[in-house]
Amino acid sequence: MHLPVQLTWLIPTLPAAAAAVIAVVPARRPGLGAGLALAALAGSLILAVLALGGALADPATRLTHTFTWFAVGHGAIRLGWLLDPLGTLLAVMVAAVGLLIFTFSLGYLREDPRAKQFFCFLSLFAGAMLGLLLANSLLLLFVCWELVGLASYLLIGFWFQRPAAAQAARKAFITTRIGDLGLLLGLVWLQDATGTLLLFDGGRGVLEAEALSTLAGATTVGGLAVSTAIGLLLFCGAAGKSGQVPLHVWLPDAMEGPTPVSALIHAATMVAAGVFLVARVFPLLAADLALPLAPVHALSVVAAVGAVTSLFGAAVAVAQDDIKRVLAFSTVSQLGYMMLAAGTGAWTAAIFHLLTHACFKALLFLGAGSVIHATHHEQDIRRLGGLRERLPVTGATFAVGMMALAGVPFLFSGFWSKEAILHAAHGWAVSQLPFLVALAAVALTAFYMTRLLAEVFAGAPRGHGAETAHESPAVMTIPLVVLAIASVSLGFLGTPWWPWLQRTLDPTFKAEAGGAGLMAVSIALVATGILAGWTRYGRHPRSDARAPDPLARSVPRLHGALAARLGCDELYAATLGRLNAALAAAASALDRSVWDGCVRFLARLGVYAGIVSRETDEKALNGGFNAAGDGLRASGRAYARTQTGDAHGYVWMLAAGFVLLALGALLGEAR
Amino acid sequence: MNSWPILTLVVLAPWAGAALLGLRPGLGDRASRWLGLAFSLSTAALGAALLAGFDPARPGLQFVERHAWIRSLNVHYHLGLDGLSLVLVLLTAAVAPAAQLSGWGRAGPARVPTLLLLLLQGAALGVFLAQDFFPWFTCWELSLVPAYFLIRLWGGPGAARAAYQFVIYTIGGSAFLLAGFAALFASTGTFDFGQLAQLGRDGALTEQLGPWGVRAAFAGVLLGLAVKVPLWPFHTWLPPAYAAAPTGTVMLLTGVLSKMGMYGFLRLLWPLFPAQLHAAAPALLALAVAGIVLGAWAALRQEDLRRMLAYSSINHLGYCLAALFAVAAAAGGERPAAEAAAAALAGLVLQLFNHGVTAAALFLGVGILEARAGGRSGLGDFGGLRATAPALAAFAGVAFFASLGLPGLSGFVGEFLIFRGLFGLHPAAAVLALPGLLATAQFLLTAWRRVFHGPVQGAAAGFSPLTAAERSALVLLTVLMILPGVAPGILTSLTHPLVTAWAGHLTP
Repeated sequence: MHLPVQLTWLIPTLPAAAAAVIAVVPARRPGLGAGLALAALAGSLILAVLALGGALADPATRLTHTFTWFAVGHGAIRLGWLLDPLGTLLAVMVAAVGLLIFTFSLGYLREDPRAKQFFCFLSLFAGAMLGLLLANSLLLLFVCWELVGLASYLLIGFWFQRPAAAQAARKAFITTRIGDLGLLLGLVWLQDATGTLLLFDGGRGVLEAEALSTLAGATTVGGLAVSTAIGLLLFCGAAGKSGQVPLHVWLPDAMEGPTPVSALIHAATMVAAGVFLVARVFPLLAADLALPLAPVHALSVVAAVGAVTSLFGAAVAVAQDDIKRVLAFSTVSQLGYMMLAAGTGAWTAAIFHLLTHACFKALLFLGAGSVIHATHHEQDIRRLGGLRERLPVTGATFAVGMMALAGVPFLFSGFWSKEAILHAAHGWAVSQLPFLVALAAVALTAFYMTRLLAEVFAGAPRGHGAETAHESPAVMTIPLVVLAIASVSLGFLGTPWWPWLQRTLDPTFKAEAGGAGLMAVSIALVATGILAGWTRYGRHPRSDARAPDPLARSVPRLHGALAARLGCDELYAATLGRLNAALAAAASALDRSVWDGCVRFLARLGVYAGIVSRETDEKALNGGFNAAGDGLRASGRAYARTQTGDAHGYVWMLAAGFVLLALGALLGEAR
Repeated sequence: MNSWPILTLVVLAPWAGAALLGLRPGLGDRASRWLGLAFSLSTAALGAALLAGFDPARPGLQFVERHAWIRSLNVHYHLGLDGLSLVLVLLTAAVAPAAQLSGWGRAGPARVPTLLLLLLQGAALGVFLAQDFFPWFTCWELSLVPAYFLIRLWGGPGAARAAYQFVIYTIGGSAFLLAGFAALFASTGTFDFGQLAQLGRDGALTEQLGPWGVRAAFAGVLLGLAVKVPLWPFHTWLPPAYAAAPTGTVMLLTGVLSKMGMYGFLRLLWPLFPAQLHAAAPALLALAVAGIVLGAWAALRQEDLRRMLAYSSINHLGYCLAALFAVAAAAGGERPAAEAAAAALAGLVLQLFNHGVTAAALFLGVGILEARAGGRSGLGDFGGLRATAPALAAFAGVAFFASLGLPGLSGFVGEFLIFRGLFGLHPAAAVLALPGLLATAQFLLTAWRRVFHGPVQGAAAGFSPLTAAERSALVLLTVLMILPGVAPGILTSLTHPLVTAWAGHLTP
């Protein structure tokens, strides 16, 4: 049984409708909201699985359903749904991971009086995210794109009374909006150039041959192909959403939200939407590859940004002391990997890594949530430690997640998806630099994850929270176990010997031979990273919370710079922030001094001219200025009288005037 | 030709309410308020009848009433309604009752302010429906009188100066507008918009007035309208007026009266002076873009919610102006621009409606804050309001996000269409206007954070719950921010043939 494409709308609408219902029902029954949210998402999961079945049954034909939103001019704004392996596979992932995280939240927010609102926002997010994945129109995608941004804003600022949370929510929305403006500009350009924003429309869609050749054939400013320019504008949006350098600054701050939110939105799903967008419009980004003389190829920019981001995130993660910040910078780094893969042409590898990363990063964040929950909101790894015995399930599953992320060979999914990315980067014809950067990031990833695991779970407790910790309830640990199983098993969908996932996503995918040498290199780097991490943090755990980090002792300046996130926030505040404030001040000053000054000058000129003309020739100018003078005097009297409270006379005069007018109208007609 | 005079009823019904209130000086507050609300709702009832009888497939005027009025001057009592007028009548129908309800909590006698708001409502409706300059201009100027008294007598600090500046500045603009039409009348002998537009299309106006004469008339009309909208840099009267006006008045000012200027651009300036507007359009487009960007940046600097929203209005109406000027600039050009022009104009009309509702809702929210905070509306006077006033926060949140153009709410569709059109007609203008969208998000979310988020402080403590009147007004406006965001077709279908016809004029 497959889902008919006409019914695709049900998948995003179920959670969205649940959000609307939860928003309006009174808060008397706290369990009601959570139950409704879970039921709606479960329904979406079932439908998404049915949709995936339909898409897999015949991957070559794309199931689309298009409808008119409203008419404009001689055309119309049309939206649509698309069921293809890429969208439906990710929809199943989002619904499944979402369901686990919703369940986990039942335990995590049990005592929060605003849990109803939390599930309302989560459902809104799930609906918008599913819509984003299944849209056949870039406009519909953009609508959902902004709505997931709204949900992210609401959930980062869920504890809005904390100034840091309020600030982080605002920062996230505005930073991603910078990218979104590029995306919006790309959309209007695309609409203008092709007359549609539908992806596939029986040969007339923007991703189909006709439009692509038109877009690649035209050039614009700087000798860029139009397809390159539009592609880069769309990539701005993707970079903002997926926390790519230089728009990454919001993502670590987004950790102010409740931890299940960090797991769902800021690790597994929403932040990967940028990677999804790049994969979705890949034909458009790749359209300029046929132009050897192009000044720059869109995909090269994607690869470069991804490479920089992967190294940046991994390096900064090494020196963070907050369990969630380590994972957040890790997410930045991993998203960079995915972009790097897509940029080098291997978008299927990017999606493979997106899927595996969603599972193991959700697992790590929920594990972190379980730790935070158990230790009464202790997030500083310096004050944790020794949780291995106290939180056995959390510890074991966290270790699985850590090994998947670090790329421990063969058994763990992260290894296979990361291997696919390295393979693609190695085979990229343009440059080997991204490949080398990615290799460095591999070693760093293994290092900082080993550090995190050792600091939190090994040794002895270094704070009150850790000493009194108890394992979280089953409603929280069961999702951890399920995600741990997925973090292992998902990898076998895309091994070099059986690349099922890549072939499903892209029927033209060809597995290339070789790569054993490359695999050996990356295994050696992982081993080096883990070993270095273990010798520094595992073998000799820090004695107490105030003991300095081993890296801070050996390379204090580097450690300090990394701990300060390489000063990006300060740099932006000093440059862009100041520029913006200066422009605002200038706009305001222009009003107060220049334009208001002009008006006052004109007013004085009028008064002066009135005096002069009266003295020289009172009778000649009887009409204009005297009337104005009378008006002024009358209003002066009005002031005087209104101050005594007598406004009724004027209202009476007004009423009389209206009556006279009405009479005039009637008389005029009668004549 | 003359149908049942429903349009006359639309205009006269609020005035009848005002007359009733005027003739009963002893009327109590409660009765005055209910009477005012009932008569302000007349527009909604009659608007529903208009909607039922309106044929959206016809671009021309419907429900026409035309009678000779002053024969010696060839003045006609001429009312008519097309899709644009209908949208604005519906907007008035929504904003006016909400504005009435906003004053229900205020202490002091209710009769006179209620009466004045009804006068204002009727005058605005007259502007949207009159098709002859004489009645049109009468209503245009009449709208100033109640607005002046409302600001002057019931306004906040600085009301005297703000009211005075508002009236003198606008009347100054109108004088030029009047002079322009006097020149047109002197040479053509007609005040009828339809006839004048025909002469404008044929180029007969230029023949009769001479090239400089027609330019002077154009400049006069332009100036009058530019002050009213306002077009940057003729906007300096607006922030003080919006800061001082009582809540209901400022809701009508920003929700309805600011649309009068834009309506004038579409009904008068563009049809009568197509060639002149085409010539001036690039410069005007630059001013509109300046208004978008500088308006948003100036809003970022404001420390008072009212002044911030005032600048936000300048920014939002800048999109409408930019759309019109880009279309006018492209007229007769080589680019096949009809689709882009149709998008820009459809977006313009949507933006008029959506901005009217959204801005009215925002000012209503500010009024609710002021009523509980002793008249304070500074960004620093509150904090953590979402904890003490969750219902208000929810309504205000919808309005904030509608205002910053979040998809799913009303603001987005209009702005998307305007940008889509602007990009097709004048890519540089679209790119230059983009920072306005960013700064809008920035100042709205900064204000949101300072007022609603963070620890409870200032006037946010002990916030009394919303009254039934406030809640009803907020619900009404909120529904009108969500509905056109999800289904913009309910509005665009009314103007679709009209917009298509406008865009069709572009290709020679």
